[in-house]
Amino acid sequence: MDVALTVNGKPERGNCEPRKLLVDFLREDLGLTGTHAGCEHGVCGACTVLVDGHGVRSCLMFAAQADGAEIITVEGLASGGALHPLQQAFHEHHALQCGFCTPGMLIAALDFLTVNPSPTDAEIRDALSAVLCRCTGYNNIVKAVAAAAEKMRAK
Amino acid sequence: MKTIDTPWVGRSILRREDRRLLTGAGQFTADLELPRMLHVAFVRSPLAHATIRGVDVSAAVKAPGVVLAMNGAELMAQVPPAPDAQLSLPSKWTATVQHKFLNPAQPLLAHDKVRFVGEALAVIVADSRYTAEDAAELVAVDLDPLPAAIDVEQAIGPGAPVLHDHLATNLIGEFAIAKGNVAAALAAAPHRLERRYVHHRYAAMPMECRGVVAEYERRNDRMTIWSSTQVVHWVRREAAHVLGMAETRVRCVALDVGGGFGVKGHVYPEDLLIPFLARRLGRPVRWIEDRHEHLLCSAHSRDQIHDVAVGFDDEGRILALRDEFTVDCGAWNTLGAGIAYNTAVHLPGPYKLANYSSSAKIAVTNKVPNSAYRGAGRPEAAFAMERTIDLIARELGLEPAEVRRRNMIPAAEMPYSAGIPYRDGEPIVYDSGDYPRALDEALTAIGGLAEFRQRQEAAREQGRHLGLGIGCYVEGTGVGPFEGATVRLDPGGQLYVASGACPQGQGMETIFAQVMADQWKVTPDDVVLGLADTASIAMGFGTIASRSTVTLSAAIHQASAKLRDKVFAVAANMLECAPADLELRDGGVGIVGVPGTTVSLAKIAAAARPGWDNARPEGVEAGLEETYYWEPPTVTWSYAVHVAIVEIDPELGRVTVEKYAVAHDCGTVVNPLLLDGQVAGGTAQGLGGILMEELAYDDAGQLLTGSLMDYLVPTASDMPDIAMVHLHAPSPLNPLGVKGVGEGGAVAPPAAIANAVCDALAQYGVEINRTPIKPEALVAAIEAGRKR
Repeated sequence: MDVALTVNGKPERGNCEPRKLLVDFLREDLGLTGTHAGCEHGVCGACTVLVDGHGVRSCLMFAAQADGAEIITVEGLASGGALHPLQQAFHEHHALQCGFCTPGMLIAALDFLTVNPSPTDAEIRDALSAVLCRCTGYNNIVKAVAAAAEKMRAK
Repeated sequence: MKTIDTPWVGRSILRREDRRLLTGAGQFTADLELPRMLHVAFVRSPLAHATIRGVDVSAAVKAPGVVLAMNGAELMAQVPPAPDAQLSLPSKWTATVQHKFLNPAQPLLAHDKVRFVGEALAVIVADSRYTAEDAAELVAVDLDPLPAAIDVEQAIGPGAPVLHDHLATNLIGEFAIAKGNVAAALAAAPHRLERRYVHHRYAAMPMECRGVVAEYERRNDRMTIWSSTQVVHWVRREAAHVLGMAETRVRCVALDVGGGFGVKGHVYPEDLLIPFLARRLGRPVRWIEDRHEHLLCSAHSRDQIHDVAVGFDDEGRILALRDEFTVDCGAWNTLGAGIAYNTAVHLPGPYKLANYSSSAKIAVTNKVPNSAYRGAGRPEAAFAMERTIDLIARELGLEPAEVRRRNMIPAAEMPYSAGIPYRDGEPIVYDSGDYPRALDEALTAIGGLAEFRQRQEAAREQGRHLGLGIGCYVEGTGVGPFEGATVRLDPGGQLYVASGACPQGQGMETIFAQVMADQWKVTPDDVVLGLADTASIAMGFGTIASRSTVTLSAAIHQASAKLRDKVFAVAANMLECAPADLELRDGGVGIVGVPGTTVSLAKIAAAARPGWDNARPEGVEAGLEETYYWEPPTVTWSYAVHVAIVEIDPELGRVTVEKYAVAHDCGTVVNPLLLDGQVAGGTAQGLGGILMEELAYDDAGQLLTGSLMDYLVPTASDMPDIAMVHLHAPSPLNPLGVKGVGEGGAVAPPAAIANAVCDALAQYGVEINRTPIKPEALVAAIEAGRKR
């Protein structure tokens, strides 16, 4: 079936089986391999993308359901070569190691900071518990999100 | 010419890997797309133990999109099993240590019997993973169930079902080591304790599962394998063997790898089967493991039972310790004696044990194979030793920290001979360090022991249960046999280093650029790296066992020294001076004490070229490249003390980690920021292991924790802050003085947390000698204590 949607501000179309997962559609049909599939049962959060402004696990959604939607993936965060404040903060706080969960972690953090621009550390931890990271032990991620929140508020 | 301020080693340089990974531009194995690529799905066994009567793939072959479907019997006729015992032991070890090993060789697909739930029975190759999975459902599997060997002790007892019929036993490995006279010292000791410690089964669980892509080029008979592995040269070696190809015709590359932690540290059947299929079909073939498969077929770890007898005096000094343990190694044994032997030699830890013995049994059961996971046998050892120390303290009414202090090797006795051989066959010598100081530093970092005891007492009066627990370990790191570096100044003046080391998130591209920058007095940005690719260096070992920083930094140092001689010879010719008058500085070479004479490395590279108009002195061969294979004399010993403060909710059995501190020493630190990251990440895994994670099987051998909803990986909400203290006793065993740090963080948390929980619940006499700490078990133990 035909799927037409906007990804990172750009109109995209594709044709896929009705059962195709959004994560597979993004990766295979649109070539956006920054979004990763870590568990394919909605627990690990690596595949998190924004669908119409809300964080969604793209392994729990069919591509067909995203017809007409506006989607933001990790590839859409940096603009014109400049890293998004979240990306920059992750870099500066060593908030990633293998980088596999990072796209989902960034998108989940962006989703969260949109709702709560001035979070406490405990609130950050609570929100980020939606995404599993096996490398960092999370503390640097919490610091990075807090630092990015401050930068984003100042903008 | 720019002024370059060295050294770079020791600075918290931000990672060069980050930008691609942060922007979605990283490339993991699943991101690789090749023309006409085919996709693989497996049919896996639903039973733990059964005779295969038939696996009929005829309906699957006819399914839409399917290119090939094959069962194990058909495959076995074409491909031999993977050679076993991938991790070989040196003759020095086999000659010294009393041992007996049997080697069942794992076929690429099960063909006679299945031996664990999840073992692959048939492979489907199709035009997409979706169609391959559809076809897999059409495969008719006819299995004749056999009784399963699930409990490891029953598995080696009388009448147990035997997994590997030709071996006629499930006991496939045994060894023993000893020093002193344990029996006599135990008999003479004023106090004795005997305990059983059970360390459960859990696993690395990297966020990226495994994956293999292979492409065969018929034109020149070459195979390229992209595998999410920690050991590209092992994959090349085994694949060449199984495919009957010369190693030089096989290339293995690890792209960005999404975490390894040991589970990707050996060759799996899929690493060999996928290239076989690619050659047979003449098309690229890929298999990307999903999470369910990962839980069902990628290696699990830990899973040991220890019986410890300890004798000690009135002061708590250990006089003798005897350890007998059994490893549940699952259906196949990939790493031979490696992990169990680690356990045996690491159990004494930072303590003086005049009389010590350890004997191991390795037994197969109908479960997923057990292999290395961060710590690789050491967390089990540390748990047994550190719980024993706390029990001695309890028996004598002493502070556990004090019992540790009385038994620790003092700094003045370094280097210390432990009196047993390491896995490399060399006698164990703790090379440097100050263990008692690490203990003091860790206790200070957590707020002080006396201060805690006061707080604990006050809390107890309010009905709250706080506890403090300590976990110490020492760790042999940077083990041989070797790692190599090829260092090159290319004709354009670019510095390049290649090695068989394979990163999975450690930041190797950053730290080895730092090491290279110091060797050449350039900036890290001036260095290009070629890692995790067999095409970049002839021989490599790979990244396991906390070894890459140690072995590769030494190899870079030595290769650079060799190359520098040649660079100086060429530069001396250009500057009309003697090589001895030269120094490296600011991205070039200049005459010592004569500013303004610096010649850039680019100009020297141009001068060293082969062909016309070069500027080489007579007798100097063209080209600037040297390779050095560093063979470590033996391991270097990192160590740490972890301290945890926990609070227990006695009604819910919930353990909250209030504070956590780590004092550790890994010698010279290349990048403090990345070091902290390694320690924190390892600690998180250790905390997950003791409090949350468990691979549970039922009596029939069904895995009960087959998803991430059942297998609980810690989240951001589960992690305490970690206070870190760094000690620096450089290793005398390598040029930079570094020690390994990758695994350490995961070793001590199970012991520290168990000790803290016991301390918190001392009034109920609770003993945690079995992991994981489950809320229901804790509540039951408290109830039992209340009734006593």
